[in-house]
Amino acid sequence: MTQPETQAAGGGELIDLDAAYRDAQLQPLFDDLESALIGLTPVKRRIREIASLLLVARLRERLGLSAERPSLHMSFTGRPGTGKTTVALRMAMILHKMGYVRRGHLVVASRDDLVGQYVGHTAPKTREVLKKAMGGVLFIDEAYYLYRPENERDYGQEAIEMLLTAMESQRDDLVVILAGYKERMEVFFQSNPGFHSRIAHHIDFPDYSRDELMAIAELMLRQQMYRFDDASRDAFAQYLERRIRQPHFANARSVRNAIDRVRLRQAQRLVEQGGQIAREELSRIDADDVRQSRVFVESSEAPPLAEAASLRKES
Amino acid sequence: MRITQGTFSYLPDLDDDQIRAQIQYCLDNGWPVAIEHTDDPHPRNVYWEMWGLPLFDLRDPAGVMQEINDCRKTFGDRYIRVTGYDRRYGRQTVALSFIVNRPKHEPGFELVRSETSDRRVQYTVRSYATTRPTGERYSS
Repeated sequence: MTQPETQAAGGGELIDLDAAYRDAQLQPLFDDLESALIGLTPVKRRIREIASLLLVARLRERLGLSAERPSLHMSFTGRPGTGKTTVALRMAMILHKMGYVRRGHLVVASRDDLVGQYVGHTAPKTREVLKKAMGGVLFIDEAYYLYRPENERDYGQEAIEMLLTAMESQRDDLVVILAGYKERMEVFFQSNPGFHSRIAHHIDFPDYSRDELMAIAELMLRQQMYRFDDASRDAFAQYLERRIRQPHFANARSVRNAIDRVRLRQAQRLVEQGGQIAREELSRIDADDVRQSRVFVESSEAPPLAEAASLRKES
Repeated sequence: MRITQGTFSYLPDLDDDQIRAQIQYCLDNGWPVAIEHTDDPHPRNVYWEMWGLPLFDLRDPAGVMQEINDCRKTFGDRYIRVTGYDRRYGRQTVALSFIVNRPKHEPGFELVRSETSDRRVQYTVRSYATTRPTGERYSS
């Protein structure tokens, strides 16, 4: 902390960037990001860029160089389950560490929280949410629902205007992150150019590859103190293979749901089996626990018509 | 006569940064903050009018400051106070309360003596401001 400051007084001297980097304690955050989030390389790169920008901005401020606060409103686009909310949480932490937001909490809001049901209802609702988010990050999920062009009396427009004003005039108080599907967000931005120009960072979340999904599954199991054996690992890989091709596949969220159901079946199997049991056995997932999934049944037997109908329930 | 009541009443009026720090203290303790205003300065007037609902679920004083400033804009010639309510069982009371806005001119109080039977005297404290109806008391 002291080193850059003493040098700042000298004016023409050099600043130790490494020390500044260490002082900001960013490395542990990045390491955490790296280990907790699988894949998402472009997203991670962008987060590092933003962190660097803030670090440099802070150094410039210390040296008395013009340091206008960079605008940090963002849009996260990507298909469901690609980690938008998770990244937003971490982003809030990073921004807090860098001193950009005062509290570093994340307020998640959707259309229902912002838009009212009758005249005069929207403004107080939106104000309430904005106040709650102050000092932190406001995360608006599926932001395009705010704007309903087909209904010209829709109150969404009012919420949008308030958001725009807040994004512009209260930049010190809050950071807004809009999230949603890529295509629909693009349409939304086209019809609301004000948003597009106020958002500096557009980050796209790619779909996970099969290997990444497998790594995510392993990580989730490890966190819950379960593990695959070789047979069940194979079975789960096959499960993913089939599940990806089905509709309503939601990346990591589907993996989490699948794992929850696998745990359910494992517990059921153990209880039915009864008797005495080893500690090891309590955390082992059997191939059978995975293979009982409806995904395996359907793709082998059911005709395509029945498949489509039953899939809504996400086997 | 300068009215003093609540926490810090012995100090000069808090400036906005100090107010912000006090609100942050309330929020850190989990006390919802409320804003109240009145134009009746009598010490027995404990129920002030509320400016909107109490501000629940906030983490940062910026939201409260916004409301305080809105209230100042509308009722700049009244007393405005901020209260932090501790809802914990066993306390359930206002934990902290301080004035954040006051009229420019505070005329003070008159001591009214009324003589009753047997040479007894009853005393009443009456604010000069309340001779006029509410809403016109400090606007001159």
